[in-house]
Amino acid sequence: MLTRISTFFHQHPRLVLFLLLGPPMIYMTVVYLGSLFMLLVNSFYSIDDFTGMVIREFTLKTYAQLFTPANREIFVRTASMAAAVTFVDALIAFPLAYYIAKFASPRLKTWLLIAVTIPLWSSYLVRVYAWKLILAKEGILSWFINLLHLDGVLEWLLSFEAIGGSSLALSPIGMFIVFVYIWLPYMILPIQTSLERVPGSLLEASSDLGAKPFQTFRNVILPLAFPGVVAGSIFTFSLTLGDFIVPLVLGNSKFFIGQAVYSYQGTAGNIPLAAAMTMGPVLIMIIYLLVARRLGAFDAL
Amino acid sequence: MHSNSSSPKASWALKAAALGTLLFLHVPMWIIFLYTFTPDERTFTFPLPGFTTKWFGIAFQREDLWRALSLSFKVAAIATLAALVLGTLAAAAVYRSKFFGREAISFLLVLPIALPGIVTGIALRTAIGGLDIPFSFWTIVIGHATFCVVVVYNNVLARFRRMHGSQIEASMDLGANSFQTFRYVVLPNLATALLAGGMLAFALSFDEVIVTTFTAGQQSTLPIWIFSQLSRPRDRPVTNVVATFVILLTFLPIFFAQKLSAQSSDTEGESK
Repeated sequence: MLTRISTFFHQHPRLVLFLLLGPPMIYMTVVYLGSLFMLLVNSFYSIDDFTGMVIREFTLKTYAQLFTPANREIFVRTASMAAAVTFVDALIAFPLAYYIAKFASPRLKTWLLIAVTIPLWSSYLVRVYAWKLILAKEGILSWFINLLHLDGVLEWLLSFEAIGGSSLALSPIGMFIVFVYIWLPYMILPIQTSLERVPGSLLEASSDLGAKPFQTFRNVILPLAFPGVVAGSIFTFSLTLGDFIVPLVLGNSKFFIGQAVYSYQGTAGNIPLAAAMTMGPVLIMIIYLLVARRLGAFDAL
Repeated sequence: MHSNSSSPKASWALKAAALGTLLFLHVPMWIIFLYTFTPDERTFTFPLPGFTTKWFGIAFQREDLWRALSLSFKVAAIATLAALVLGTLAAAAVYRSKFFGREAISFLLVLPIALPGIVTGIALRTAIGGLDIPFSFWTIVIGHATFCVVVVYNNVLARFRRMHGSQIEASMDLGANSFQTFRYVVLPNLATALLAGGMLAFALSFDEVIVTTFTAGQQSTLPIWIFSQLSRPRDRPVTNVVATFVILLTFLPIFFAQKLSAQSSDTEGESK
């Protein structure tokens, strides 16, 4: 009996393909794409200012609200933060990625990769929480800064309106540090992967031809590692753009995109505006992915 | 394998920078561990004003924590099971046949983790709310399964690609039917990939908070509990204990999954 079914399947490969592909595709299409579609539809609805009810009629009114100065500011603020986090992450990630790819022994390499991957997978919330402890006014970082007699510098930094606040734990500087920390592994791994592919002979050729180590680095290694940096930046940029936990926990009254979406749909109950607002990051990410593909980032993923 | 013995050694500056990054990644998590021993209830004063181990016992007796923990376990277990089935089916389909739209499948599966979590979260919330489905245990599971599938899919597909087709042919030639071949040849080959993928999917679900805030009703998973403590701290010392517990709990499966993947050099550094 089983053999007969088996033979039947063997003769009908299309049927087998259909049976294999059916469940996952139905699930992802109905649940995931279906939800995304509902979100898109809702972004074209609007909300009645008096009753607070959703009016289910096509309108671009809700999208127009995105261009009010307050909302424009939110977009600019979030995108600047994402760009700054991406840049600094690339800067910090590079030395470790370079060391893992080009200098570590195979045994050490395995351990270093595990050391980078464990933070990537371990609890995001707990890692944010750790910084709540560290950045607290009475916490370990302030203690350390006082020890070095640098508290004046910190006060000075926090006094700037755009980046400062009452303490590190409630300021854009604090958020920036936490974002850099949280997404760093996403930058290290793609850079390491792309550096791994640079053949050693190429570096030898460069030095044989008389290039100094810095010249080799600047003219050979850096251009070849660039797709890895772009690949990593997809994560650091996208994740910062959509995050609402860090701004909620460490931010002040100046909203970021994720936080705005969260409060529009929650306390304000304005699903259409929240939906329209999420289309911002989606659009930015689609453009980003298209540019990244041109730069060859997908080969480094 | 020491092919680059002739290449120059790493400079001190590079070593120091690499070490610095490594410490930056790990030290913050140790600090929570330190704080589980503080007698201070209201602030995060450093240096610690004293030493106590009483918070472990107090946390242990908290009913709400146990409820949150057991909910997180159940959600992660069922979401992982769903991801194992769906992810393996999709990987098998993509591996064994070439068909129109094959690239689109990988893209569709990776979308829930490529787009910001808030997009997935609010999309699911809009759909669930729009269809008047009550928020429940199952709405959390459905949300989690969407982004767990890709983890299993990636691991299993990588394993399929390294498996030798000749083994399957040999099995068939020796008279085994497809079911026997699957049971005795394919499955043993996939076992560690399924284990690694399953553990990572479990860790991903166990820790998820962004999508969960949108798909949960009144229930609170462990991450939701921690999140509520982050925005309005009421039980700081208990939160320290919970955070340490979560680090330890997720550390082991991640560590073993990484070891498994590294041994078979499958998918290193799989993206979340």
